[in-house]
Amino acid sequence: MQRIGVFVCWCGSNIAAAVDIETVVQAMKSEPGVVYSTDYQYMCSEAGQGKLKDAVKEHGLTGIVICACSPRMHEATFRNAAKAAGVNPYMVEIANIREQCSWIHRDRAEATAKAVVLSRTAVAKVNLNTPLTPGTSDVVKRALVIGGGIAGLQSALDIAEAGYQVDIVEKQPTIGGKMAQLDKTFPTLDCAACILTPKMVDAAQHENIRIYTYSEVEQVSGFVGNFSVRIRGKARSVKADICSGCGLCMEKCPSKKAKDEFNMGLNNRRAIYIPFAQAIPNVPVIDREQCIKFKTGKCGLCARVCPADAVDFEQQDSIIEERYGAVVLATGFHTLSLEHYDEYQYARQPDVITSLELERIMNAAGPTGGKLLRPSNGKAPKSVVFVQCVGSRDTTGCGKTYCSKICCMYTAKHAMLIREKYPEVDVSVFYIDVRTPGKNFDEFYRRAVEDYGVRYIKGMVGKVVPEKGRLLVRGSDLLDDSQVALEADLVVLASAVEADASAKGLATLLTASIDTNNFYTEAHPKLKPVESPTAGVYLSGVCQGPKDIPETVAQASAAAVKVVGLLSKDKLLSNPCIARADELLCSGCSNCEHVCPYGAVSYIEQELRIHGRNQIRRIAKVNEAICQGCGACTVVCTSGAMDLRGFSNSQIMAEVDALCR
Amino acid sequence: MHQNNNYLVETAAQISGVNPKSCMKCGKCTASCPAFDDMDLSPHMFVSMVEAGRIRELMESTSLWKCLSCFACVERCPRGVEPSTLMEAVRLMVIRKQGGHRISADEIPELLDKRIPQQALTSAFRKYSR
Repeated sequence: MQRIGVFVCWCGSNIAAAVDIETVVQAMKSEPGVVYSTDYQYMCSEAGQGKLKDAVKEHGLTGIVICACSPRMHEATFRNAAKAAGVNPYMVEIANIREQCSWIHRDRAEATAKAVVLSRTAVAKVNLNTPLTPGTSDVVKRALVIGGGIAGLQSALDIAEAGYQVDIVEKQPTIGGKMAQLDKTFPTLDCAACILTPKMVDAAQHENIRIYTYSEVEQVSGFVGNFSVRIRGKARSVKADICSGCGLCMEKCPSKKAKDEFNMGLNNRRAIYIPFAQAIPNVPVIDREQCIKFKTGKCGLCARVCPADAVDFEQQDSIIEERYGAVVLATGFHTLSLEHYDEYQYARQPDVITSLELERIMNAAGPTGGKLLRPSNGKAPKSVVFVQCVGSRDTTGCGKTYCSKICCMYTAKHAMLIREKYPEVDVSVFYIDVRTPGKNFDEFYRRAVEDYGVRYIKGMVGKVVPEKGRLLVRGSDLLDDSQVALEADLVVLASAVEADASAKGLATLLTASIDTNNFYTEAHPKLKPVESPTAGVYLSGVCQGPKDIPETVAQASAAAVKVVGLLSKDKLLSNPCIARADELLCSGCSNCEHVCPYGAVSYIEQELRIHGRNQIRRIAKVNEAICQGCGACTVVCTSGAMDLRGFSNSQIMAEVDALCR
Repeated sequence: MHQNNNYLVETAAQISGVNPKSCMKCGKCTASCPAFDDMDLSPHMFVSMVEAGRIRELMESTSLWKCLSCFACVERCPRGVEPSTLMEAVRLMVIRKQGGHRISADEIPELLDKRIPQQALTSAFRKYSR
């Protein structure tokens, strides 16, 4: 028989306001096995843990029930306290009377009754708990970073600098991500390329970093400390090891009709191309859908002019298999497609552009050489109108419900840069709210208004109408309670930030969770902001939620520190709550083998003594180093042979009995 | 009949099914409204006055009868607030108080303007007759 101590936490008023603590304490005293029951204001505090340790000594406790917050919050805390008091950590059970009780019930009597039931359920389980000892597993001293934008690069560089191997997988032909497309960066207006390209070079030249561009993660198995990953390197059709990057192939390529993705489709590129001059690697790629050779079999001009003989039309995708201790997700974002916002005429009017397109137009390396020109006729605009919150803060399903966070600042930047370079151009901004929290951010926005004469109009644009070669922007000015109609030559839409399309698939591959907007969920919104709930998977940059470059870099470094902390360990304690097959009960049906997501179950032939006779039986065997304790096998086992330590069938039935009592 | 203010607020909410609290004061409704020039209260004001419980003032406004029911504001509102639906609700409240028809089919031909869209006519009947 166990000697169980029950500790009911008030959590300040979080629990005590809705649950009558004394009733729970008294009710537990008559539960089987309970020898001690008490309460405290904050069980997780040092004093609370001290109370637990004292009670273990005084009452010779063998099992402990903490009635408090979710086990995700403090299970580890109380297991450690139990261990320090000489009780096996797995003899501790948590009754969640906060998230699952006090926070969701208003009626005190109901909440108290539920708290009693939840607590006695935990007591019933502890009565059947057995001490467990975790095993250990090795840590592969190599990290995988998925995404080669500023977030991925920063994480990779920090991990590499700490002395560990890192691989970056980037699906585009070059690293650099969205930041490579930007012109200037707020609030200091330093040029994006000047601060990004050196980092790209650092990553490419670092002895601890390998970069796989034009590649995607295809399969992931394993667990924290030991992920096995299959990466598909798409065929570039150019041999990267012998190409000198001279660019002759691109000059001669007769296929010139593909939209230049890097320039947001504002101009065309060749079928064989490098996204931009500072691309890493500086190796062209053939767009097989555009290439005349691939489409018709004729041409091959690039191969003929290549002095290094590097063009290879026969090249196949390559498959890389590698093991990693940790994975950093840095998949970034794209901007919302505007098909649901017909009123702005984005699809029909070339002079209605997105902010990212304006970045390319303003960029010295962009399609206009940095000159502000209208895409329709190549002439200089006299008036530019910005529209903020296009697709952000939209609850109708056309856009995104959240604030995209960066648009207020980049719009102020664009407005200011235009007024700086072209003082004769009128610049107006339609805004709903101007949100500028951040160091020197509000000052930056005010400079646009006060020093640069940008006209900020509190209101929204209803529609954009083409009129006599210009655009008539119909909007509201709410402070003036009027309608305004502005003539514009260029309309710039701050389209919402959206998680990259690859995020969802990768979340499935890694069993990392995502929210309704496909942003990766952090393990705790405040205390574990760079960890995914899946052990060994970390989050870096906009893939976790909209953020600007300084925040992205800070988060990328934070994720790197977590990775380094993990890789610096030689062994990891593994979860002892894993499956075990009872060989005498096993019927050899193979259900468990088929359902196991980790490949931890295999079947062996073993000689067993059954009813006084030796028989050869085919039985399930669990590889304890691989089993993650998900419990799928116990569910499908028809003969009841599979059992999960710490969550045994008998423990769960005891809980159900206590619930139904 | 005496109508207290709570009753008016609840009725407006009940008829329209609109929650004016979801409005984020962006002004896209006012920006989109083709009848704005004839209105004494702009569409965004209409929404915020419903939110503030100032229904009686709205029932007396001219905006109520100038709204074309073109639904541009409903179509473009990023928060699903539907200002025009709110207007329709308050209009109905006025009409229910008055009783009777304000317009009959016989009067239509002489009032007809070629530029009036079909939808506005349908809407007018809904608005002005019981």
